[in-house]
Amino acid sequence: MEALTLTPLETEALRLSLWISVWAVAGSLPIGIMLAWVLARRNFPGKTLLDGLIHLPLVLPPVVIGYMLLVLLGRKGMLGEPLYRAFGISFAFNWKGAALASAVVAFPLLVRAIRLSMEAVDQGLEAAARTLGAGPMRVFFTITIPLVVPGIITGIILAFARSLGEFGATITFVSNIPGETRTLPLALYTLTQIPGGDAGALRLCVISVIVAMLALMASEILTRRVASKLKG
Amino acid sequence: MLEIKVKKRLGGFTVDVAFSTGVAGVTALFGRSGAGKTSVINMVAGLIVPDEGLIAVNGTKLFDSKQSIDVPPEKRRCGYVFQDGRLFPHLTVKSNLVYGMNLVPRAQRYVSYDQVVDLLGIGHLLARRPAKLSGGEKQRVAIGRALLTSPSVMLMDEPLASLDIERKGEVLPFIARLPRELSIPILYVSHSLDEILNLAEMVVLLDAGKVVATGAVKDLMSRFKRM
Repeated sequence: MEALTLTPLETEALRLSLWISVWAVAGSLPIGIMLAWVLARRNFPGKTLLDGLIHLPLVLPPVVIGYMLLVLLGRKGMLGEPLYRAFGISFAFNWKGAALASAVVAFPLLVRAIRLSMEAVDQGLEAAARTLGAGPMRVFFTITIPLVVPGIITGIILAFARSLGEFGATITFVSNIPGETRTLPLALYTLTQIPGGDAGALRLCVISVIVAMLALMASEILTRRVASKLKG
Repeated sequence: MLEIKVKKRLGGFTVDVAFSTGVAGVTALFGRSGAGKTSVINMVAGLIVPDEGLIAVNGTKLFDSKQSIDVPPEKRRCGYVFQDGRLFPHLTVKSNLVYGMNLVPRAQRYVSYDQVVDLLGIGHLLARRPAKLSGGEKQRVAIGRALLTSPSVMLMDEPLASLDIERKGEVLPFIARLPRELSIPILYVSHSLDEILNLAEMVVLLDAGKVVATGAVKDLMSRFKRM
């Protein structure tokens, strides 16, 4: 039965992975919903550019994202230094940086899922709510948001799963520090670099698969439950 | 009383109409599909902005291009019944009904929830969701939802068009009762002569975005027959 209990090292990596992913998704969700709405409902010059910018992390190598974050938000970065001096906030080489890297890489998946769902919402319903006396903000929170809940759930789970698997941007931006930024994939990578680490790497591999599967199944069940509720 | 005099270019054709309704009772907007009927009531509701013109209900201006008045739809107090109902699928019938009502100050309400539920015979549907309603039931709930905002004008866009004959017979009597129960103007869009003869006192005849004739239903009867 000893094989089924997690070693302290594994517990730490798993806990850190979940913690960082939760923060990555929670932090980017409000901005993601806002941008999804802007892309789904507004027309303005530069929309294609904004769309491209949001999708960029999907096609760029994560290492590039990590390096850009390092240049921008590192201790001596263009934004990182003033941010640290003004507010004492730093993303360099800590879990917050890892969460930020994960959030950026997972962001396109989050926005895309919510946007598609928002585009599917009948704008006639929003118009009807307006004629019933609801202002744009009320319409957004009482009609649009409830109707895109399935898309929001899908987006959250996709982004969460992507965050759990984040490797390249994280290791480039915040390095591989045990207990701070060494998430499951980084711990796995570390073990593969040590002689005799194969068994441990395999265990982490299995843990990763289980966590990812659980997340996907949870998403499926939740989405189905919400969808059936919407259908009455 | 509803006064309207608006111009709006929509794609290839221009809606250019002017007419006014009585203080109460049903005025039918009658014409072929594509004559611009829905565009006209969308302009009254504030869902389409006219290029120029004036829209006023009981002397209150909702839109006036000269004075740059454009009251947003949520402040116009138009009770709009859409052709496809547009009930909110995530809310129960009851929540749909009170969605607009709760946004109207008590002092401005002239119909009560119980009255409307009773008038439309929808008391047994309150706990259901729209997906579980028949077409006729949906339209009755949609009428109730609009009515409960205590509107100063009712706009009805072919509320019976998506229903089969049996369902039409189920909803029509309820609509026929509205003018007797409420003293507000009702603008009723239709391309069905039957409905108009049953419901309307006045007719505005539209063709290709222009008003071809206006008058009492009886007087225009002979013209309808030829359409």
